[in-house]
Amino acid sequence: MSDRSDILGEIIARHHHREGPLLPILNDVQAELGCVDAASEAMIARGLNISRADVHGVVSFYHDYLSSPDARPHVQICRAEACKARGVEKLIDSASAAAGERVRISTVYCLGLCSAGPAARIGDELHIRLDEDAITNLVESA
Amino acid sequence: MTLVRISDDALARAGGADKLAEAFEKKGCQVLRTSSWGMHWLEPLVEIDGLGFGPATLNDIDAILAGTSDKSIGKIEDHPFIATQTRITFKRAGKTRPLSLQDYEANGGWAGLARARQIGPEAIVEQVKLSGLRGRGGAGFPTGIKWDTVMRAAGPQKYIVCNADEGDSGTFADRMAMEGDPFALIEGMAIAGEAVGADRGYIYLRSEYPDALRKLNAALDLCADIIAPFKCEVRVGAGAYVCGEETSLLNSLEGKRGEVRAKPPLPALEGFLGRPTVVNNVLSLQAVPHILTEGGAEEYKNAGFGRSRGTMPLQLAGNIKHGGLYEVGFGVTLDELVNKIGGGTASGRPVKAVQVGGPLGAYIHPDQFDIRFDYEEYTAADALIGHGGLTVFDDTADMLDMARFAMEFCSVESCGKCTPCRIGAVRGVEILDSIREGGRKRDRIELAPQMHNAPKDKGRDAGDEIALLTDFCETMKFGSLCALGGFTPYPVLSALRQWPEDFTDNPELVKQALPEATG
Repeated sequence: MSDRSDILGEIIARHHHREGPLLPILNDVQAELGCVDAASEAMIARGLNISRADVHGVVSFYHDYLSSPDARPHVQICRAEACKARGVEKLIDSASAAAGERVRISTVYCLGLCSAGPAARIGDELHIRLDEDAITNLVESA
Repeated sequence: MTLVRISDDALARAGGADKLAEAFEKKGCQVLRTSSWGMHWLEPLVEIDGLGFGPATLNDIDAILAGTSDKSIGKIEDHPFIATQTRITFKRAGKTRPLSLQDYEANGGWAGLARARQIGPEAIVEQVKLSGLRGRGGAGFPTGIKWDTVMRAAGPQKYIVCNADEGDSGTFADRMAMEGDPFALIEGMAIAGEAVGADRGYIYLRSEYPDALRKLNAALDLCADIIAPFKCEVRVGAGAYVCGEETSLLNSLEGKRGEVRAKPPLPALEGFLGRPTVVNNVLSLQAVPHILTEGGAEEYKNAGFGRSRGTMPLQLAGNIKHGGLYEVGFGVTLDELVNKIGGGTASGRPVKAVQVGGPLGAYIHPDQFDIRFDYEEYTAADALIGHGGLTVFDDTADMLDMARFAMEFCSVESCGKCTPCRIGAVRGVEILDSIREGGRKRDRIELAPQMHNAPKDKGRDAGDEIALLTDFCETMKFGSLCALGGFTPYPVLSALRQWPEDFTDNPELVKQALPEATG
């Protein structure tokens, strides 16, 4: 636990001086600790001298923050219009079947690869021109 | 030693460009990682002595080096997709290494900033006004007038904020600009700073663009001394589409919920931290360095059409054979873009619809393909240019599905501040589901004897529900605070008007329900 609060303290100190420090802090907390839980929210609130409600309001607004960690590999599949036009909806069943409980699949609205979809993202790695086999392989090797 | 050029754009990398580059190096070639030409169906594209080969795979390497590859497309610059463009904002695309200061300088970099520093604020704003540049984020507000307002605003601290929260599906020009030519964006921001008297800049980047983040940060490190005293940093969003709306973006930047602010006050007067702020889209700022070069403003202006001056980097996306980035002066028709340049659908089936302007843009029927790219012409046709993204659909698309998706998207991404958007989008999804079912019967609650005012008839047919949907859309259009709720009716109503057969077996119902010429 003290490890966690050390990391949190370090992240808060890193961004404390910036104009509008909250989002940079939350982004780093999510990246380094895997979630922004209630304990982190309280500590960030103390660090920035704002209320816990203020912090929670911001955390709950954005899609990227998780309230509890999820250690599973994470595959984001784009299901916006351009990928729909290229047939992503037909791949969702295979992707879910390949994922089972082991892999977290989530929907993302647009990875900016709209001329070569269907597209997916794992971490910072992007994949394009997916078909059923490709997405199954991708999820299985995630 | 053979010099091989391969793009390091995210799309090329997703297509395997890194492995390809490595393999060419193993063969003893020198590999330069450049920006992308924008011909996405050919990525990863390999360029040797100006000749292109793509889409290249590891199996093609020997044939490419031997000159026998069947993936040859000839000289890249002469390819019809490139030769017919007017590239100003993307003039360095495909030609330079994104993070090479040397390449940037050798290709006209920093000339705009140098001249801006000579001529001073008033003259800079004059040049931008002369160019006719309008905000490329979607609203089309004249950039020069915005700068003028901020220049005249009083305040010890002003800001330049770049809106790089390119969330629209079917758009990727910002991403390509930031990844392929990051110094140009930074130069544009420094010029804006020079014009309005701001020495701080922020680039608000969406979290879905990891490659752009890496490149922008590296570029900012490299050119810090050149743009000084102007200072600039990148801020990353956290996955909220609505943060592409400028006031919501400012709230997010301040560390608040990304809720939309009511205007006025305009961000130009009370923006980031309540101080005068220029908020411009990536493409607007990216066009600025060229405009500020000697004669650049005139040249830019002359590329346009009507009151839409300059060039628009269009993005051909979705089910299209030749997808990619196509920069051209305003005035080009959809027919040229989709059928000639784009080559029709990738699936080879007939084109059914094109959505122009992202998830909030109208679906356009092939009957209307003579419409020319121009802010005013699109507005007159109840459509919008938005960020210049074109998403093509073939005849397998179900337009009721797409209309439902527009509402669903709005309900997922609504910031929740105003009621028409927050509740209208959810109800819109329900009504569209009900239309698919052919209407709905009265439910248990409505039939309860206590509900004196609820009609006890057979229920609502598809026609009733369509009338309700159009009424809802009116409310969203005029009652929402920002474009998310206000423009969601465009895709919904355009789909309903032009493909009524996808909504109901009796298209007459749609005709009766639709108000004349509202969108």
